[in-house]
Amino acid sequence: MTDPMRIRAQAAGDKTTVRVLMSHEMETGQRKDSAGKTVPAWFIQEVSASHNGKPVLSAQWGPAVSKNPFLQFTIKGAKAGDKIVVSWVDNKGEARTDEATVS
Amino acid sequence: MKPLFILAALAAAVGCGAASAQKSAADGIAEYRKMLEDGNPAELFEAKGEALWKQKRGPKSASLEGCDLGKGPGVVKGAFVELPRYFADTNRVQDLESRLVSCMAALQGFNADEIAKTPFGRGEQNNVTALATYVASASRGQRFNLPQSHAQERHLYEIGKRVFYFRGGPYDFSCASCHGEDGKRIRLQDLPNLTKNPGDGVGFAAWPAYRVSNGQMWGMQLRLNDCYRQQRFPYPGFGSEATVAVSVFMGVNAKGAESMAPSIKR
Repeated sequence: MTDPMRIRAQAAGDKTTVRVLMSHEMETGQRKDSAGKTVPAWFIQEVSASHNGKPVLSAQWGPAVSKNPFLQFTIKGAKAGDKIVVSWVDNKGEARTDEATVS
Repeated sequence: MKPLFILAALAAAVGCGAASAQKSAADGIAEYRKMLEDGNPAELFEAKGEALWKQKRGPKSASLEGCDLGKGPGVVKGAFVELPRYFADTNRVQDLESRLVSCMAALQGFNADEIAKTPFGRGEQNNVTALATYVASASRGQRFNLPQSHAQERHLYEIGKRVFYFRGGPYDFSCASCHGEDGKRIRLQDLPNLTKNPGDGVGFAAWPAYRVSNGQMWGMQLRLNDCYRQQRFPYPGFGSEATVAVSVFMGVNAKGAESMAPSIKR
């Protein structure tokens, strides 16, 4: 089960700042548990964002990104009421998509 | 010989740089916190806690919406800045986390002793932390005003004061060793003076908090637990009278301080 993201998108003039907080363990695969067994890698691999259905960002992530990652980016030309959709896929194939409206 | 000289000169230059940068270490941390504030992952726990508060769970399949946190059943807003306080139904002074466990036992049918025995960060303890984060967030920006009208509340303040100043353990430490005067620090972390109001959003007014270095959400119970670990004391029990008493002591001293919880920590 995946937990929801927190997405905020705020327009200021021509630019809109989108802030995304994702809930994810982001295990590197380098750690060992108390029994000495390797904790398997588990991290977000692909991130994509779209503005009113048009892709505005796509990223490939690796195990170096922190737990519960925070992502901020700026897009041009969005207006209040526009829809921002962010989704991620991790290396186990689990995926999550959440949306927010620009304010 | 020549490379050695260069090395020595380099070392001297680096040394000077560190000395001049030392003054701004606390400012640097403040700046770092400011940058992280926008994306405080505590918000994720807040959302989880809110969902848990409303969800029907436990053997009795009930939500916590009937839980009385001191301001009447189901009232969350403003409850955090008046805790710990005396509760007639349990006949005890309780802090936020022990009160939540009482509610989970009474309303949802969970086993309170079992939750208290669960290590932090596992099973139901995770849910207690998330719930505490949610409850604290509902009082963000409000000022601490712990009740001291009941005899037990005043009694626990006095116990808390004694616990705070009690020296022991292999280091002969007390809470007051580090938190008894202004301007103390551990490594680069400034320590609040908890014998008085340390200021808005500092000390008692900052927890629960998300700790970036280990990616964990900490409530006040775990914060105190780790303080005792650093003093090399035995671990206090979860929700024990001693931890609640210290919380009363800190909370009453922090009267008027603005709550910033859930905050973000290094």
